[in-house]
Amino acid sequence: MSAPAHKEPHSFGFDAESEAKIATILKRYPESKQASAVIPLLYVAQRQMGRLTGSAWVPRVAMDVIADRLSMPPIRVYEVATFYFMFNMQPIGRHHLQLCGTTPCMLRGSDDVLRACKDAGGVKGVGDTSADGMFTLTEVECLGACVNAPILQIDDDYYEDLSYESTVKLLEAFKRGERPKPGSAIGRMASAPAGEQTVLTGRGDE
Amino acid sequence: MALSDKDRIFQNLYGRQPWNLAAARMRGNWDGTAAIIARGRDTVIEEVKNSGLRGRGGAGFPTGMKWSFMPKQSDGRPSYLVVNADESEPGTCKDRDIIRHDPHTLIEGCLIAGFAMGAHAGYIYIRGEYYNESVVLEAAIQEAYDAGLLGRNAAGSGWDFDLYVHRGAGAYICGEETALIESLEGKKGMPRLKPPFPAAVGLYGCPTTVNNVETIAVVPEILRRGPEWFSSFGRPKNSGTKIFCIQGHVNNPCNVEAEMSIPMRELIERYAGGVRGGWDNLLCVIPGGSSTPLLPKHICDDVLMDFDALREHRSGLGTAGVIVMDKSTDVIKAIARLAAFYKHESCGQCTPCREGMGWQKRMMDRMVEGNAEIEEIDVLENVTRRIEGHTICALADGGVWPVQGLIRHFRPLMEERIRDYKKRHSMPLAAE
Repeated sequence: MSAPAHKEPHSFGFDAESEAKIATILKRYPESKQASAVIPLLYVAQRQMGRLTGSAWVPRVAMDVIADRLSMPPIRVYEVATFYFMFNMQPIGRHHLQLCGTTPCMLRGSDDVLRACKDAGGVKGVGDTSADGMFTLTEVECLGACVNAPILQIDDDYYEDLSYESTVKLLEAFKRGERPKPGSAIGRMASAPAGEQTVLTGRGDE
Repeated sequence: MALSDKDRIFQNLYGRQPWNLAAARMRGNWDGTAAIIARGRDTVIEEVKNSGLRGRGGAGFPTGMKWSFMPKQSDGRPSYLVVNADESEPGTCKDRDIIRHDPHTLIEGCLIAGFAMGAHAGYIYIRGEYYNESVVLEAAIQEAYDAGLLGRNAAGSGWDFDLYVHRGAGAYICGEETALIESLEGKKGMPRLKPPFPAAVGLYGCPTTVNNVETIAVVPEILRRGPEWFSSFGRPKNSGTKIFCIQGHVNNPCNVEAEMSIPMRELIERYAGGVRGGWDNLLCVIPGGSSTPLLPKHICDDVLMDFDALREHRSGLGTAGVIVMDKSTDVIKAIARLAAFYKHESCGQCTPCREGMGWQKRMMDRMVEGNAEIEEIDVLENVTRRIEGHTICALADGGVWPVQGLIRHFRPLMEERIRDYKKRHSMPLAAE
């Protein structure tokens, strides 16, 4: 096991990059309504953990810092952090594989993508982190890109129109330290139909 | 008569052109915005009413009427526009394209809608997973500020309007408007009891209207071309153009803006290359996102895609996420996966939903195997009726409708599976 062990840190402080982000966030909400910034600040904390430790998660000390910053009782921050699915309450691997398994993706072969995540990503199943600490696999609910199903979200990016083979290739690239361009694996333009284009062609049709 | 490109509101749905302001202006966005606002609040609302626009987020409530509920005179509290970009209904991916490829349709719409409801500030609540989309949206808003289209005297209209992006963090329930407001206030996304409705007590206790992205984004073009233009598409009370998300077992899944009331078969065959293996290989279609009950092929043969036609068949247009299933589909399993979705996404506030969605999922898992008694299909149906309508919000309703639809149209298949299971697992009678 060469996976780095991520442990609950003893303290947490926002770094300069995070502080700059926080300054812009707080301006969005009325002065007496700073609690609105709790989700944005949890994101900032999670992102900073990813940047500094290689594991994007939210330790409890970070939640306490956020509670203090927004003048909220800590329990209110814990409540929010655990209610929403996108905050990782435990350390995760370097890359977060978020596989959509809801019906539209299921109909288009998300089971094949799952199999590829196990074979090429080295994860035993949903919830597992690979032994090398590279990937954590989570099954997520509908990602909202259904006409490009099946979808695998890796960190912030959507990889679309996947098959077993293209998922294997994708994960191999990540293992080499590359970050392939997000979007369709079959070269489609966004949500346009594959093949000959009949609408919004720019040709005019009158 | 297919919709022609000139009548498509979202000229850059697929992102063939840049999303930026310069390109958006070439496409006609931000053209004469100040003159539209100069028509006055009542006229703008009247024109939106006359266009027949109904909310594009699933419920189909008339938009102009919704706006008219906002107070005409402030009692000292500010009013807010909140745009619902939480797009999480399985089968729905239209708002994503508007935001990443045509964001200025939405931003211009926010200014006009904000003016029409007396709001000087708006929040766009975008689902957390749409990170890249939120980056584009924030950049587009910044462009609009830099060009004087937002902020003080926005677009030279005399109206001050600020617009902010707020990211959610992975909770389907936040698409429910009061849960969205709770979330925006920094709390768990648990729906509020209504009344009071948001137009009276919404965000921060202030008058608020929550509208879907597509609803807001079509408004500027309606006001530019006139309400009659928009209402010339589709049947009465179902008017306009609409983005459909055609997916599942079709040859070419895609998003497309088409006219309302288009026959489902034409929609699938003209734009999505038809059903895999041909129309006769069709099993059923979920016509409007996961909450709308499926329709078997014989209904799909001639049903129209609009609010009223689908309602007549005890389904709905919902968000227009058209999920196509061919004959290779295990439809019981497909619906069971939706039951799992609703279990996962129940916020846990109301007992019938919190307990019911889990019970329904476990029951559906047994139905997939056939490991049940035939009478249990009636029990399942009966329990869904007891859940429906007994919760604060409509999540549980949307959670039981797919199962009700399955039982309504595929009960013989469910019974057959139970009989097969019994055959495979029956103990041989002791001999002698």
